[in-house]
Amino acid sequence: MWQRVAAPVAVGVLMLGVWVLIVDVLHAAPRALPSPTAVINEFVLRIGIISEDAAITATNALLGLVAGALAAIVLAGLAANVRPVDGMLAPLVAAIAVVPIVALTPIFNSMFGASSQFGRQAVAAIAAFVPVFVNVLRGLRQTHPVHRDLLRASGAGGLQTFRVLTLPTALPYLMTGLRIAASVAVIAALVAEYFGGPADGIGTSIATYAKSGRAPLAFAYVIGAIAIGLTLFIVTSALERAVSRRKPV
Amino acid sequence: MTAVTATGVGKTFTTKEGDVVALTDVTLTIAEGEFVSLIGPSGCGKSTLLRLIADLDQSSTGTLDVFGKTPARARLDQEYGIAFQQAGLLPWRTVAGNIALPLELHRMSKPARAARVAELAALVGLSDFVGRYPDQLSGGMQQRVAIARALAEQPRLLLMDEPFGALDEMTRERLQSELTRITSETGAAVVFVTHSIPEAVFLSDRVVVMSSRPGRITDIIDVPFDGRRDEALRESPEYFERVTAVREALHGTPVERANER
Ligand SMILES: Nc1ncnc2c1ncn2[C@@H]1O[C@H](COP(=O)(O)OP(=O)(O)OP(=O)(O)O)[C@@H](O)[C@H]1O
Ligand SMILES: [Mg+2]
Repeated sequence: MWQRVAAPVAVGVLMLGVWVLIVDVLHAAPRALPSPTAVINEFVLRIGIISEDAAITATNALLGLVAGALAAIVLAGLAANVRPVDGMLAPLVAAIAVVPIVALTPIFNSMFGASSQFGRQAVAAIAAFVPVFVNVLRGLRQTHPVHRDLLRASGAGGLQTFRVLTLPTALPYLMTGLRIAASVAVIAALVAEYFGGPADGIGTSIATYAKSGRAPLAFAYVIGAIAIGLTLFIVTSALERAVSRRKPV
Repeated sequence: MTAVTATGVGKTFTTKEGDVVALTDVTLTIAEGEFVSLIGPSGCGKSTLLRLIADLDQSSTGTLDVFGKTPARARLDQEYGIAFQQAGLLPWRTVAGNIALPLELHRMSKPARAARVAELAALVGLSDFVGRYPDQLSGGMQQRVAIARALAEQPRLLLMDEPFGALDEMTRERLQSELTRITSETGAAVVFVTHSIPEAVFLSDRVVVMSSRPGRITDIIDVPFDGRRDEALRESPEYFERVTAVREALHGTPVERANER
């Protein structure tokens, strides 16, 4: 058990050591790679503004995640029950999955105005949609034949079967989709900021300070970005674990 | 009234590779409270016949009655309870939740449900395990939960497809004894699919012997052990005599004794 904690911590410490060695001891690093101590200094000094920007990016990611996931659940439910809908959605989802959605940000920004966060949220939503849709649709098709027979033998109606069997069977798949979608939504919301829009958010700040040569501050913002991603990942992983605790028998 | 009446029942499955005749011309009457076993080689249509009675599949020919109704009507009226080879428990529900499933589906009130679940758990000897999840139970315990669930609506007919197939011999014999006790208490008719000749003889009033290609009934053997199905029976000569009779019917010829070979 302790290995599961100790191993990644050891890797982290080792990497930090190498970083300190290269930058502070050997002075062999390019200017864009600051010392870890400088990064931490900047982070502590600017924690207020960093959290404000982090809140904006996190909100965009979260709104996108919720909207994308809701749309995905509804459409996956339709696709699982209505064959033509499945046929219509399958190629669309495949197309969304291969197109880098963040590339659409400039288009959204010109559609909804450069001062609106909507473009970023839409990008996060579309990015989050795909993993949730794919997983939920798969989950809705995982009901075991013996369970279906059992419910039919019990005279259960369609809605009852959905509530008692289909939904609980699909739930762990939904949570897996949400866990993947959470990371994807954060990345999409953050990267979307590199393509213009309002002058706030973690991604905008990283880009600004990296360009203007303030590498330690840019890295301090990266810590903020990691914090957002990690928080969402931990929450969704815990949810996933909670619902898939019971092994099938 | 009879529990099950089958007249000339046949079932043909249509597959991509062509038609599969699973069952032909099955004519069989099962009385109320009667225990009937189906035995025969793999693929002879035992499960198919059970599924037709349960209205999980529809027969291609012949007529099938369950308590004088169509199988579909009987299913919707909850005239039968069913247990499969796999226990088929819902892994996210506790033992109590699994037993209560049919009651919940038929909107029994919560207090009545709790009382009935306690009763059923006691019947199958699982009172101490109602809060457990299926993955915390042994295979035999899971099967007992499935049997309790099948009995939940007090059906007059119990359909069982190799429910003890995956269990070790000792557990199997214990569950057989429990099943005879339960059926004599509830008075339900039973259609019981098995591969085990001793199991069929021990449990049944009649053993239906089937043969494959095409699946059909070849023999029906009476087992007159009414009220004496206890451990002593397993040792008695008349029991062995019936076992031999079923074995011979199954093989189609008198079976050689091992020492004569
Ligand atoms: N859904 C199906 N589609 C096509 N063929 C089927 C289907 N179900 C059963 N069969 C065929 O019908 C025949 C009888 O099958 P069935 O499952 O009733 O046999 P069984 O007597 O229960 O065998 P076992 O003892 O192995 O369980 C087999 O040849 C099988 O391949
Ligand atoms: Mg079978």
